[in-house]
Amino acid sequence: MPAIPSHVPEPSRTDPALIRNFCIIAHIDHGKSTLADRMLQLTGVVEQRQMRAQYLDRMDIERERGITIKSQAVRLPWAPTHDEGNTHILNMIDTPGHVDFTYEVSRSLAACEGTVLLVDAAQGIEAQTLANLYLAMENDLTIIPVLNKIDLPAAQPEKFAEELANLVGCDPDDVLKVSAKTGLGVEALLDRVVAEIPAPVGVKDAPARAMIFDSVYDSYRGVVTYVRVIDGQLNKRERIRMMSTGATHELLEIGTNSPEMLPADGLGVGEVGYLITGVKDVRQSKVGDTVTSQHKGAEEALGGYKDPKPMVFSGLYPLDGSDYPELREALDKLQLNDAALVYEPETSAALGFGFRVGFLGLLHLDVIRERLEREFGLDLIATAPNVVYRVLMEDGTEHTVTNPSEFPEGKISEVYEPVVRATILAPSEFIGSIMELCQTRRGVLLGMDYLSEDRVEIRYTLPLAEIVFDFFDQLKSKTRGYASLDYEPTGEQTSSLVKVDILLHGDKVDAFSAITHKDAAYAYGVRLVAKLRELIPRQAFEVPIQAAIGSRVIARETIRAIRKDVLAKCYGGDISRKRKLLEKQKEGKKRMKMVGSVEVPQEAFIAVLSSDESAGSGKGKK
Amino acid sequence: MEHMPSALPDGEPVPADGALPASALAGAADRPLGFYLHVPYCATRCGYCDFNTYTATELRGSGGVLASRDNYAETLVDEVRLARKVLGDDPREVRTVFVGGGTPTLLAADDLVRMLGAIREEFGLAADAEVTTEANPESVDPAYLEVLREGGFNRISFGMQSARQHVLKVLDRTHTPGRPERCVAEARAAGFDHVNLDLIYGTPGESDDDWRASLDAAIGAGPDHVSAYALIVEEGTRLARRIRRGEVPMTDDDVHADRYLITEEMLSAAGFDWYEVSNWATSEAGRCLHNELYWRGADWWGAGPGAHSHVGGVRWWNVKHPGAYAAALAEGRSPGAGREVLSEEDRRVERILLELRLSEGVPLSLLRAEGLAAAGRALTDGLLQRGPYEEGRAALTLRGRLLADAVVRDLVD
Repeated sequence: MPAIPSHVPEPSRTDPALIRNFCIIAHIDHGKSTLADRMLQLTGVVEQRQMRAQYLDRMDIERERGITIKSQAVRLPWAPTHDEGNTHILNMIDTPGHVDFTYEVSRSLAACEGTVLLVDAAQGIEAQTLANLYLAMENDLTIIPVLNKIDLPAAQPEKFAEELANLVGCDPDDVLKVSAKTGLGVEALLDRVVAEIPAPVGVKDAPARAMIFDSVYDSYRGVVTYVRVIDGQLNKRERIRMMSTGATHELLEIGTNSPEMLPADGLGVGEVGYLITGVKDVRQSKVGDTVTSQHKGAEEALGGYKDPKPMVFSGLYPLDGSDYPELREALDKLQLNDAALVYEPETSAALGFGFRVGFLGLLHLDVIRERLEREFGLDLIATAPNVVYRVLMEDGTEHTVTNPSEFPEGKISEVYEPVVRATILAPSEFIGSIMELCQTRRGVLLGMDYLSEDRVEIRYTLPLAEIVFDFFDQLKSKTRGYASLDYEPTGEQTSSLVKVDILLHGDKVDAFSAITHKDAAYAYGVRLVAKLRELIPRQAFEVPIQAAIGSRVIARETIRAIRKDVLAKCYGGDISRKRKLLEKQKEGKKRMKMVGSVEVPQEAFIAVLSSDESAGSGKGKK
Repeated sequence: MEHMPSALPDGEPVPADGALPASALAGAADRPLGFYLHVPYCATRCGYCDFNTYTATELRGSGGVLASRDNYAETLVDEVRLARKVLGDDPREVRTVFVGGGTPTLLAADDLVRMLGAIREEFGLAADAEVTTEANPESVDPAYLEVLREGGFNRISFGMQSARQHVLKVLDRTHTPGRPERCVAEARAAGFDHVNLDLIYGTPGESDDDWRASLDAAIGAGPDHVSAYALIVEEGTRLARRIRRGEVPMTDDDVHADRYLITEEMLSAAGFDWYEVSNWATSEAGRCLHNELYWRGADWWGAGPGAHSHVGGVRWWNVKHPGAYAAALAEGRSPGAGREVLSEEDRRVERILLELRLSEGVPLSLLRAEGLAAAGRALTDGLLQRGPYEEGRAALTLRGRLLADAVVRDLVD
């Protein structure tokens, strides 16, 4: 291991020519965190004994699921192997690795001049990585292609080097081969970063302009904002201004991460670090926004700022209605750290009080729901995720529908639904089954390219509604887990969409209403009605279950009335047992939701709303 | 048929001397007192049975105390004496005695008479006391019945279950069809005033016609009381395992409902009236008074391993194992394993739970506003009878009897 460099330039006094800002683009499990760990060790910022696996991933869920949701930036001093006297500063910006966070990824990329494209030598590139690679190319980033896990017996470095070379436009020999696990090739990679990635260029004497690429809530310190300084300099204790809102804050602390927070005098051109202003809510420190000095600040913000826009909505309801205040509090807390999370109170006749929550996408939904359940101990019912529809009526009025039960009645002229451009990468043997799946999901083929001899990139336009349910699971199962998926919203289209209502004993159950394509409505109705018949226990009276479009019934089942509900015997004078049985049954009854006069067990809602095979344009996790 | 479940409830401990809180004895003189005597022995265990019963003839408790069939009556008499001490100067004579099991008739008839004698000595028997024993059709003969009758027993209950061989086989009952009916005649000849036949319906493989044949046979034998219970498949029994393995089919609840309707139809045509969900009698006098004590929240002392007692809002239960039971009594300790002192609300709920099962029903005055509203709905839904309702009582209709537990759940609100 090389010696720790001695003359390390300090923040605010670092020559931009010595700075290299880079990120790592990689798929989940391709070893990004392990590589980052190795870099922390090699550059000496984390001592061996302090090292814990995947140092940079903070949250438990990230650690468990092996994914990074929130990025961070670490300042690494590195003296190149053949130029040891010349210590450089490498700022490694850890990008989120998932499709839902494309905007955050794009801001992280905008903070860099180059990127390490890290690909598993046994698996090849995946769709999300490819999408992020394209994003990096659009941002004119220098790309260093790297194959990881070359120590694995299943590694095929030649094959995948070829693939990467084709994508990046380099020679296969230029693809670095490393093992983040053993450390093999990591020093050479750091040298390549210094040699190939351009130094940042900015105007030193201009008013300060820094771009926020991440913003994290810390319960002790408030919001920690990560920035990349483009022009000028930010200094400690000055007042700063957020250019999108004009809000000003005092800079309580400014510094860099190595990897713990280290206060500094300031940050100069090209530098990456953190700011603390005492604000308590990440929505006051938005990713993509420009930070400038209050005094003699910049006039013009940096480009590229966007407000996060929720794409997928789901109703979240506490299983136990009395947990509603806790759910509100938990959402409030999560929002402190998640500017993309939006919610408003909603009342469902079937599920009681809850919230309609908007998410960037499916992973975002999954992560939030899991955090609510795990960190806040809440038991939740989540309604089937749906997209946002725009409904034009014949009388010229327009409705925005985020909840299927609000789909307007009356004469509708057009319904618009969001569409995405989906990219699927898979071994070519699965082309047939992938196309079949996309076809049944109303997909339109955009094109197909071979990445290598036996791997293809297939592009489709798909309604977002068709992939928010079980599309990914289906894709995985049809390709034995080999396919990867990425998508980006591209706009909207008009479609023949209808609302299917489910009626229990004549009463509409709002939680089960769904908007589907008219060709899928019948199948959805039949399946849901059959499923409910199984799940709802027999009642004192006969209960018809119907699926209907407007007033037209498209499917019907009947739950027969219960005829016997009595224990024949008295258990030999053990009345205590009988009373306890009654108490238990009463508890069970409490867990029932009354829908009109029908008792529906919570389990029925959960099963219908979360089960994978339950519905056509249907339902399900992921 | 007495049912002694295999698992005991949780509760607070019973004091070593078995003493009851003073509240339990307050106003005792106005309540009838009964005795239940449990005999925990069987020749073989039936596949559907989860009662506290043992097929070994000798069981040893801690300290080497031997509990055997032969000295069982002796041990049980010890508990009757303990009951006398615990109840102190309670002046009540005993109104009912019921010997259940297990198989009481596995003991010598003299043993049963001796146990009854202890109650007579310690408490005195009311002149019109009802004294019942359960009996296995296989294990009694005219001589045995005569000894019981002379010893003071005036009611006998035979475990007939079914008149069909294939049904008896699934239930592991060893008696031959026809034997229980002859037992009735023998009991009548011995001078028993009251005779009951226990029947079980809904056994896997039983058809509606099998069940009609069983009812016909029972009615033809001329008892003045019939108990008909739906077969409950209890967890942990051999029958439950056989059903799980698919060796015999599980009976559907709708089939149980059909059989119950057949029961009501045939028994009422034969002159029986229901007075409790699973019990029918030919007259007021034919009702099992002891059974009614349970449903009416009266006092009874349950003696024997695993037996349950209730006195004035205190319920307690004995240790289950005959060895542990005998050991406790040998040391002069109460064999009580646990007890609970009921709150006012517990007692209200229990009254609704228990009395609703009786043909007289439960006073509407016991219900709170929500329960009253539920009763109104139950009336409209045809689950409660209009006549009694208008006189301030919730009494079940035939359909209501089949849904009694559901009605209770609403009425206790």
